[in-house]
Amino acid sequence: MPSPRYWREIPNRLRLEAARCKGCGKVSYPARLVCPSCNGMAFESIRLSRRATVVTSTVIHVAPADFQMEAPYALAIVQTPEGARMMVQIADCDPADVGPGLEVALEFRRIKQEGQSGILCYGHKGVPAR
Amino acid sequence: MREVAIVSAGMTPFGELWQSSLRDLFVQAAREALDAAQVKRVDGIYVGNMSGGQFVGQEHLGPLMADHLGMAGVPAVRVESACASGGVALRTAFLEVASGMSDLVLAVGVEKMNDGADVTNVLATAADQETEVYHGVTFPGLYAMIARAHMKTYGTTEEDLAAVAVKNHRHGKLNPKAQFRLEVTIEQVMNSSLVAAPLRLLHCSPVSDGAAALLLCPLERAMEFTDRPVKIRGSGFATAPFALADRADPAFLEAVNHSATRAYEMAGVGADDIDVAEVHDCFAIAELCVLEAMGFASPGGAGDLTRSGETTLGGQLPVNTSGGLKSKGHPVGATGIAQAAEIFEQLRGEAGERQVKNATIGLTQNMGGSGASSVVHIFERV
Amino acid sequence: MAGIVGYGAFIPRNRIKAEEIARQWGKDPQTIERGLLLKEKSVPGLDEDTITISVEAARSAVERAGIDPSRIGAVYIGSESHPYAVKPSGTVLIDALGIGPEVHVADFEFACKAGTEAMFVALGLVESGRVEYAMGIGADTSQGAPNDALEFSASAGGAAYIFGKTNLLVEVLETYSFTSDTPDFWRREGQFYPRHGGRFTGEPAYFRHVSSATRAILEKSGFKPSDFRYVVFHMPNGKFPLTVGKQLGFKKEQLEVGWVVHTMGNTYSGSSPTGLAAILDVADPGDLILITSFGSGAGSDSFVLKATDLLPKRRGFAPTVRSMLDFPRRYLTYGEYAKYREKIILNTES
Repeated sequence: MPSPRYWREIPNRLRLEAARCKGCGKVSYPARLVCPSCNGMAFESIRLSRRATVVTSTVIHVAPADFQMEAPYALAIVQTPEGARMMVQIADCDPADVGPGLEVALEFRRIKQEGQSGILCYGHKGVPAR
Repeated sequence: MREVAIVSAGMTPFGELWQSSLRDLFVQAAREALDAAQVKRVDGIYVGNMSGGQFVGQEHLGPLMADHLGMAGVPAVRVESACASGGVALRTAFLEVASGMSDLVLAVGVEKMNDGADVTNVLATAADQETEVYHGVTFPGLYAMIARAHMKTYGTTEEDLAAVAVKNHRHGKLNPKAQFRLEVTIEQVMNSSLVAAPLRLLHCSPVSDGAAALLLCPLERAMEFTDRPVKIRGSGFATAPFALADRADPAFLEAVNHSATRAYEMAGVGADDIDVAEVHDCFAIAELCVLEAMGFASPGGAGDLTRSGETTLGGQLPVNTSGGLKSKGHPVGATGIAQAAEIFEQLRGEAGERQVKNATIGLTQNMGGSGASSVVHIFERV
Repeated sequence: MAGIVGYGAFIPRNRIKAEEIARQWGKDPQTIERGLLLKEKSVPGLDEDTITISVEAARSAVERAGIDPSRIGAVYIGSESHPYAVKPSGTVLIDALGIGPEVHVADFEFACKAGTEAMFVALGLVESGRVEYAMGIGADTSQGAPNDALEFSASAGGAAYIFGKTNLLVEVLETYSFTSDTPDFWRREGQFYPRHGGRFTGEPAYFRHVSSATRAILEKSGFKPSDFRYVVFHMPNGKFPLTVGKQLGFKKEQLEVGWVVHTMGNTYSGSSPTGLAAILDVADPGDLILITSFGSGAGSDSFVLKATDLLPKRRGFAPTVRSMLDFPRRYLTYGEYAKYREKIILNTES
């Protein structure tokens, strides 16, 4: 992970900052320059609540090199109460128990290490809500 | 715009072609097409290729390939739309001829995947780097999520998915250029190892090397090169929200739907008029979703349609008589052109054991990423 | 008077039983469990580290404090397993919580004492008036060497404390630190596992410092052991804190609530801070609480605390330690544990 990219992505990865369009109310996560709904370019920054519902999911068995040690892991598209959708891993449970409708809390996790010397990449994962 | 025809085609076998480099594959397929039409020099070349840069460290493929064809000086450029690169190369070649800008244009798709690159990582660049790949998604993972959404909404089963793989292998066995020329059973598919649940190894197209080529020219000149040209009646292209999370319904391939509508409109035909089709079965679920998005099956009905045998050779609408990506192979950038080469053979009555009787109107559908781009072409026997 | 305005803890959900580790090394599970008074310990996933644990604990602390995080003027994380050798854990935390950029950040280290050490400095800074709020965190994901006694106890977890001068949940009445150069447990730069002096870690190290600090703070503050409702000591295993508690004149009932080590293990810099959080989860207004940490090398920080009326009103805003210890747990096999703790040899990258 190159330093500039890590640094630019901090608001969205570390703080779950999204952009709500001032014109039509659509929430884009991560923030964008142009609203995909109404083409507007005026936004207010909001922080997404740290809970969501699974829309669809899978269990990755054959993983990319950076994630091989963690396979198999559940990956899902989840939706927050604000209407934002994102892709996150679902952790701390049997991957087979993850499916549409599961309520999750979004918890701060290390997403990848990049070997022994790279920058540590953080973000959020879903964990089954208590 | 004037009418455009395909006058010849070429294709390497698809598979693990250790002896052939990226440029070797290109030249082999292109020469086959050029020799069949007895053409020595063209006016333009479009190279469909997803990532020469990441697979073998080679960009700037236009001039490289023109040079290796002995045609240095000819305008040549690579076009890219992930797995739809081939289809887009065809479309761009078609537009160049249709516009009157050029007469003879080669559309060649080529990919060299087996030279040691980390294929999973390279293919993942067709997904959203920032929101999808960052979290550990793979290509099968994206389609697995599409499958799960489809299963939840429509009750599609793993057997429905397996039926697609079985059918395409049955067809591929009849294709001398296919990577896999053996049949598989439903049980074998259902017992193969999990790649990304619910997708298993035998639901997924393989990693392949290969190239395919088409020679295009204005319809009015076609007879100079062949006595059985195939006309391009329609071309439709569409994009969709890039990340799977940004699509309203993950199980609905909106780019496929729009590209098909545009192609049907241009061609003046509907889904019912199609006699034979090559669609993008990168994963078994993709074929089901494509059939629905294109109007060949009702929403959720593609599983039944497949199991009924309608899309098998001999049925109402044979789909993927070449063996599809699953059995024929999927050298990414070559696929879109190879699909058209199959339809070209079908409409000329040259498909041998795979021949669909009286095939008059054929269709190809080629898509990129998890369905963020899709291109459809409709062809007619002249 | 300054004190705690918010607190939070985080314990990973994975667990491994002492008997599973014992079986791995051909040891008798009963002997181990009885000797160390340990049943199971927490295990961090491949996606958890001191930073992730600190962030979640800190978020809970902010919820309980009910303050805008940007008012926090200093953040200190104490750990012996900071993810980077050079680049602070604290900077990731401040950007994750929306603290700063006007904030002082430093990472602390002193074996298992780094947590209370961060708390001590945070407290002092608030008392001096230099900042309005300051946060001190103790969190660790320390390693125990395979087939070593410490492998049964080294676990992961942490707690965060925000100090301020208004709306206190807990008053800080007194502090005392007792420190000396005692080589009971150490790790040289570049080594994966620490080393220790065997039985030397007991009497001259743990017991000497914990007892001295506690006796001194009792004298300084004028309290006697029976004045306290709750007491928590650093918990390297289940036995030591109970033994030192008894030696100092405390009763089992006073130690029980804070004694979380039995099912959590030793979270190093998070040990006594997490035990304290468990106490704050149930303490009544007016209760006196004593905490004495211990860090090898060696030193002990002691605090005398008093719960206020506000504590029961605010603690419901975040999960309790007990809920994290008792609810969703996943038990690992030794092989899974070894994978998660990266004890399996891989090629180093070229």
